[in-house]
Amino acid sequence: MTSIAQLIKTFTLWEFVKAHWLTLQYFFKPKATINYPFEKNPLSPRFRGEHALRRYPNGEERCIACKLCEAVCPALAITIESEPRDDGSRRTTRYDIDMTKCIYCGFCQEACPVDAIVEGPNFEFATETREELLYDKAKLLDNGAKWERAIAANLAADAPYR
Amino acid sequence: MTSFFQNLGMGYDAAWFTATIAGILLIALPLMLAVAMIIYAERKLWAAFALRRGPNVVGPFGVLQSFADGLKVFLQETIIPSASNRGLFLIAPIITFTVALMAWAVIPFADGVVLANINVGLLYILAISSLGVYGVVIAGWASNSKYPFYSAMRAAAQMISYEVSIGFILICIVLWAGTFNIGGIIEGQRGHVFGFINAYAFNPLLFPIAVMFLISSMAETARAPFDLTEAESELVAGYQTEYSSMAFALFWLGEYANVLLMCALNAILFWGGYLPPVDWAPLYLVPGIIWFFAKILLMFFIFAWVKATVPRYRYDQLMRLGWKVFLPISLFWVFLVSGYLMFTGHFA
Repeated sequence: MTSIAQLIKTFTLWEFVKAHWLTLQYFFKPKATINYPFEKNPLSPRFRGEHALRRYPNGEERCIACKLCEAVCPALAITIESEPRDDGSRRTTRYDIDMTKCIYCGFCQEACPVDAIVEGPNFEFATETREELLYDKAKLLDNGAKWERAIAANLAADAPYR
Repeated sequence: MTSFFQNLGMGYDAAWFTATIAGILLIALPLMLAVAMIIYAERKLWAAFALRRGPNVVGPFGVLQSFADGLKVFLQETIIPSASNRGLFLIAPIITFTVALMAWAVIPFADGVVLANINVGLLYILAISSLGVYGVVIAGWASNSKYPFYSAMRAAAQMISYEVSIGFILICIVLWAGTFNIGGIIEGQRGHVFGFINAYAFNPLLFPIAVMFLISSMAETARAPFDLTEAESELVAGYQTEYSSMAFALFWLGEYANVLLMCALNAILFWGGYLPPVDWAPLYLVPGIIWFFAKILLMFFIFAWVKATVPRYRYDQLMRLGWKVFLPISLFWVFLVSGYLMFTGHFA
């Protein structure tokens, strides 16, 4: 009896009919993908995107050239040179991140004692040449100026869990 | 059309020649456009089945995506592998493309609107679609590369296997219609079922072979679930692996022109071609060409639907289905249909 049922199932292509009915139901469902450049998914405050060097509200650079980030960077993407400034405080003369080496692990951000180097929420920094991805200090400070509000909000949101 | 050009003051021969050239252009150019749009439509359909959006950037809703792809391919360099057989390598896509266009000569788009109204139209289509395998085999052979070669071998075996059962299915239709002329087959479906449904597919005796023909035509055009010739997980990209630029585009166009042709054949042989679905006078106010295109699009939707649903067959399953299932059943159906027609005095 079961074999006859099986035979009928085979010749009526029952499994195929069922499968096609299922896919047809999916055909009329709303799309799962978002319309990317116009819609974006929400990002976690911990999202590790493009790097930025921050400043204090009075305009002073946060970075004190302790080179912890350079030491912890597993991809050896960070290069720092430092000199005492005229007022005697130690500052970086060179702060480069090779974004083509960076693996976005976030260790630099965690190592930083003054929250100077952070990974911001920006992930749309594709460039047309490789050279544009070799960030220098000016570019990083510029990123900091551009993204400060979002970065500060994210750090504040994440602070209770740190 | 010949008489139109004769009225312009041409002699009969010149008018016939001009009319034929004009007819070819009238079919081939819109066909190219249709292929471009159908590729876009297919991508949108698969996307919808997979809850994705599909191309939506180039032009409104992405309708110009295929043209952008075509332009990109056109601007690329044609790479001819140094180990390939140069002449054959270049001629293969031309064969595929030409053959895919040739079969459209006998397809009637509306009552009497056909480039070549020949009496053996169905045989002509069978012959031309068999020639299509040459393009694939030559491409695989001339590439002098192992995966295209495997792919070509598969394609040859697959197309030949399914042509056998397609042949028997067509015999059933020809027996019932009593003609090889495609226009005649369509006219034979007028009021075929219950006196008012214009489709062989609703004839209980012909419905199973309508389904078989649909499946066979997917295998014949190497579409999913029978796309073993371009199984990218096994064969890189299939027989066109070594091709680039316009040669690749010709394969692509030829393949989709073939898919459209098979959709058109399904529509013509089983769903009444340019006739409205029901033999009811107000429906005849809609031009036949619109009914025909609607049926082609419906068949194409089914093709895309199947591709989005069924996973690829294994090669032995493909061969088993062709030789051990479809061949005996279609052969049996030839006996069944001819026996039925004999006893009901169809041949009297």
